[in-house]
Amino acid sequence: MNIAKKNRLSPKVVRDLRERVIEFILFLAALSSVATTAAIIGILFYESILFFQKVSLWEFLTDTQWTPLFDNKHYGIWPLVSGTLVTTVVALAVAIPLGTIIAIYLSEFAPPIVREVVKPALELLAGIPTVVYGYFALLFVTPLLQTFLPDLPGFNMLSAGLVIGVMIIPYVSSLSEDAMRAVPTHLREGSYATGATRLQTALRVVLPASTSGVIAAYILGISRAAGETMVVAIAAGGQPNLTLNPMEPAATMTAYIVSVSLGDLPHGTLEYETIFAVGLSLVLMTLVFNIIGYFLTKRYREIY
Amino acid sequence: MTTLNIRQIRTIINRNKQYEYIFNILGLLSMLVGIVTLLALIFDLFGDGLPRLSWQFITSFPSRKAEEAGILSAWVGTLLVMLVTATVAIPVGIASGIYLEEYARKNWLSDLIEINVTNLAGVPSIIYGLLALGVFVYGLNLGQSVITAGLTLALLVLPVVIVATREALRAIPNSIREAAYAMGATKWQMIWDHILPYSTGTILTGIIVALARAIGETAPLVTIGALTFIAFLPDPPITGQFPYISFAWLLAPFTVLPIQMFDWVSRPQAEFQINAAAAGIVLIALCLTMNAVAVYLRYRLRKKIKW
Repeated sequence: MNIAKKNRLSPKVVRDLRERVIEFILFLAALSSVATTAAIIGILFYESILFFQKVSLWEFLTDTQWTPLFDNKHYGIWPLVSGTLVTTVVALAVAIPLGTIIAIYLSEFAPPIVREVVKPALELLAGIPTVVYGYFALLFVTPLLQTFLPDLPGFNMLSAGLVIGVMIIPYVSSLSEDAMRAVPTHLREGSYATGATRLQTALRVVLPASTSGVIAAYILGISRAAGETMVVAIAAGGQPNLTLNPMEPAATMTAYIVSVSLGDLPHGTLEYETIFAVGLSLVLMTLVFNIIGYFLTKRYREIY
Repeated sequence: MTTLNIRQIRTIINRNKQYEYIFNILGLLSMLVGIVTLLALIFDLFGDGLPRLSWQFITSFPSRKAEEAGILSAWVGTLLVMLVTATVAIPVGIASGIYLEEYARKNWLSDLIEINVTNLAGVPSIIYGLLALGVFVYGLNLGQSVITAGLTLALLVLPVVIVATREALRAIPNSIREAAYAMGATKWQMIWDHILPYSTGTILTGIIVALARAIGETAPLVTIGALTFIAFLPDPPITGQFPYISFAWLLAPFTVLPIQMFDWVSRPQAEFQINAAAAGIVLIALCLTMNAVAVYLRYRLRKKIKW
């Protein structure tokens, strides 16, 4: 009897062991996100290094043509970069002013009932699949634009950019509004006490006080616009084109990756490696935006 | 002199009132741009695609003839891929949420995980496609299959589930935790018996939003090389013979609704674009329904819970 008791583990030890095991499993799950990041960085660099062993970095950065699938091969990234930048700029020209105005309106002017209805309604914009936006850009927005821009080609960066812009309005407006609502009420009251109107308070007190949050919202919008794929793949045309004119067709970095992936690419070929080099460039580009954003938000962080 | 001053002040006040008025209009117009676009998109899609939407469309395989083509393989594929995504993303996401919120000590490792989760949410979705192409398709030799697609989307929506779980846990007051400890519960008993049941609703909302996003994702699946023309169904998961459950479907090639739509919209013929619109209606109905359920849940939970 006594011996049996000694050999059995005491309940406390079992309990502690179970707790340890559970904590370890949870920890492994949390590590999965780090593993994902590591895998992304690893695979992008690994395949890109294979690419840059065959194509010099110099050519990648100085050539003005991107034609890896043609007989006359050129590997200059700039046409893809210009396409990405143009669509992103068009999208931001829509999303930043509209998103900011909506955020100010919802946080400072709108009655609560309007906010309760409009905010989720706008968030539905972000819930619609991007391939549907692509359809909309190609078959609704482009024909609509062509009625007053007769020279506009069927594939163009303008309608793709405009549609992406509307699509990312909720990212900008929701986050900005949250930041504005976090501004303490006594700052507003102080402003009203000096005789300022709502608009003056909104523009000169609330907006500056929430700058860091608003910039964070803009940065998210930029990342979304630059990384958006299906709208540009469907509506902007697939030809890499070094131009800054939004009325022309062009390919973005993401659209190039899609167009190559569609033609069943053999593993290990130079074409296969190009999409990783392009992907790496895209990640580095969004990383630069994020770093700039990080320093801007730090610079403008208000301590109430 | 005084009358002049008062008059000046009045004009200033009037001007400020005008600005306020103008801004009010501007705000309403800006919101209208978003909402009108949403409505235009939905009406355009329904106008083009609704006549095409029929029982035959839902139960047919894709075809070279637009009138005979349907979305059977696409919606079955979507269902199977979502099954894999949910089985992977939900447990892993909730587990990491619990770890970060309840267990993580303040050290560099938990900081690293935190920064990681935030940054992953900002990575363009097509990059996940490249990751999957390199790791799942060629690294682990899973091929362009249902399991590859499901894992890809699971990684993509993992940050959404993690963030939702953390917010749900954070909303639970410490008094509940302390009460559980006071009764002699261990940490895990406290979490499993008390914290998780209270936060189920909010976590569920996050999961629905995450899956709604995964259903509409196209880019990463195009990148892993999902086929656009599939005229057969994967093996059924439940079989007539022993052991009754088969996992062959996991390695089957597949297509999903967004990819089917992308294929049709990229074709020059107008009849296929009508098919694209019809597929788009099904897709949008799925996504908007899921989002609406999430919004409703959030609204109800916020009203009901009073600590």
